[in-house]
Amino acid sequence: MLKITNLNYSVLEKDSKKDILKDINIEFNSGKTYCITGPNGSGKSTLVKIIIGILRQTDGNIVFDGKDISNLEIDQRANLGISFAFQKPVTFKGLKVRDLLDIASGKKNDFSSVCSYLSEVGLCAKDYINRYIDDNLSGGELKRIEIAMALARKCKLNIFDEPEAGIDLWSFDNLTELFSNLKDCCNIIVSHQRKILEMADCIVLLKDGVIEKVGTLSELEPYLQKPTCARLAR
Amino acid sequence: MNDIEKRLLEKLTGLHKMPSGAFNIRKNGTPLARESEKDIEIIPKKKKSGIDIIIKDGVQNKSVHIPVIITVGGLDDLVYNDFYIGENCNVLIVAGCGIHNNTCKTSMHNGIHSFKVGKNSFVKYVEKHVGEGNGSGGKVLNPVTRVTLSEGASMEIETLQLEGVTSTVRKTFAKLYDNAKLKINENILTTLDQTARTDFKVDLLGKNSSVEVVSHSVAKDNSYQIFKSNLVGKNECFGHVECDGIITDNARIVSIPMIDAIDSNASLVHEAAIGKIAGDELVKLMTLGLSKEEAENKIIEGFLIG
Ligand SMILES: Nc1ncnc2c1ncn2[C@@H]1O[C@H](COP(=O)(O)OP(=O)(O)OP(=O)(O)O)[C@@H](O)[C@H]1O
Ligand SMILES: [Mg+2]
Repeated sequence: MLKITNLNYSVLEKDSKKDILKDINIEFNSGKTYCITGPNGSGKSTLVKIIIGILRQTDGNIVFDGKDISNLEIDQRANLGISFAFQKPVTFKGLKVRDLLDIASGKKNDFSSVCSYLSEVGLCAKDYINRYIDDNLSGGELKRIEIAMALARKCKLNIFDEPEAGIDLWSFDNLTELFSNLKDCCNIIVSHQRKILEMADCIVLLKDGVIEKVGTLSELEPYLQKPTCARLAR
Repeated sequence: MNDIEKRLLEKLTGLHKMPSGAFNIRKNGTPLARESEKDIEIIPKKKKSGIDIIIKDGVQNKSVHIPVIITVGGLDDLVYNDFYIGENCNVLIVAGCGIHNNTCKTSMHNGIHSFKVGKNSFVKYVEKHVGEGNGSGGKVLNPVTRVTLSEGASMEIETLQLEGVTSTVRKTFAKLYDNAKLKINENILTTLDQTARTDFKVDLLGKNSSVEVVSHSVAKDNSYQIFKSNLVGKNECFGHVECDGIITDNARIVSIPMIDAIDSNASLVHEAAIGKIAGDELVKLMTLGLSKEEAENKIIEGFLIG
């Protein structure tokens, strides 16, 4: 469903070239959940931002559902069926939770459908439907709304960048359950959390911009034990 | 009333019919309809054009609508509306002017409003400005608002000008006595070669008086806006001005702050931020499937109307 071939990404830093992703080749299939993991700064967010078109690869290509999307705009990719939940949710001046859910689902929602989107992420619609998406919402609330928006799009490919960050321990199980209930689509979750690694069908380990290993948790276990990834294994 | 007039009136008041309660409708420089009620009296001025609106003490949850519509070109309308609001009231006042000009001659409306608000009263004042019609003649609106808030009185002013007004100079003067509170939300959109100038002067005279001004403005194309505010703190008081502007194309917004804490216990702040639409907001909406243009419009709509 999503195939990435010979993908590189580099930036100019002072006068020298800095390679952030190096020769990435990978395929993601429908009906599976993938977890991209790896140390801070290894290039996970960069990779998913390239998939959805926020960043443009230096070279290489991306094929989604048989279509080369390497040079499409963000909205064109989104409308082909790719959703994305940001690691750092964006805040707005003047847009409400309801507005964003309407945009995400592509329709005007009544209270009960807003309720169903928000209850999936453990929020009560009546408390949030008319709240502005700004800094008056807590970090965890913003994060949950971010996930609700991505889910409201009902896409074939869902990408979440560290969705569990800032979500409290009590709700964490609900979140993993939510992800494991996302069937018939392809899910890519960037995460450092053991629970998410455990529920993934396949784990992609990224280190220094290179895919070090792809496989199941048991296959990856020895790699996660290495010192740089020690905290993942805990 | 014809369809154009009805539509203008609806844009100003949000109502499809005649307002209930007290009202005064002015059309093309002359009074069209007027209605007083028991505790709210509307009296036409004798020596100049305009009305006195007298609201008795203790009037609760009542409204007064005084919209102005202009549907001809070449009109220069000047009107004085003076509000006298008693003590312990709670009222909504809806004003505003809509100009539909299909001619090549400029029409303008100069509405001079004054509000004397009695002790412990609360007034919400909503003022909308609309310009439309496809003639080359200008649509010019120059409102002046003078506010005096007695001890413990509070007022919320909400002004909205969306597109179509060729030029505007808006002046607001306020005097606040002990414990008085003033809140102003101003929202302005200019396009093409339009200009908008806003001038606020607020004298914080009383102890614990406070003012909060939030201006959200969007300037597109070649339009030009100047936002000037002047807070003077003559007592232990609090003042906050926030001028937030979005510019696109070749438009400009200039913010001129002036704050003068004459009393050393006055706390006054002016914040201004002017720039293009935030890139991350655009990107987020595009990941939800909106085109760049749709995303820009959504962001601007939210920013102005909320
Ligand atoms: N424009 C840039 N200029 C210089 N370095 C950059 C730029 N963009 C990204 N980087 C670097 O690329 C690396 C990868 O960043 P990225 O955000 O993808 O990491 P990550 O794997 O998502 O990390 P984390 O786990 O902390 O979220 C980092 O070292 C970052 O500093
Ligand atoms: Mg990251």
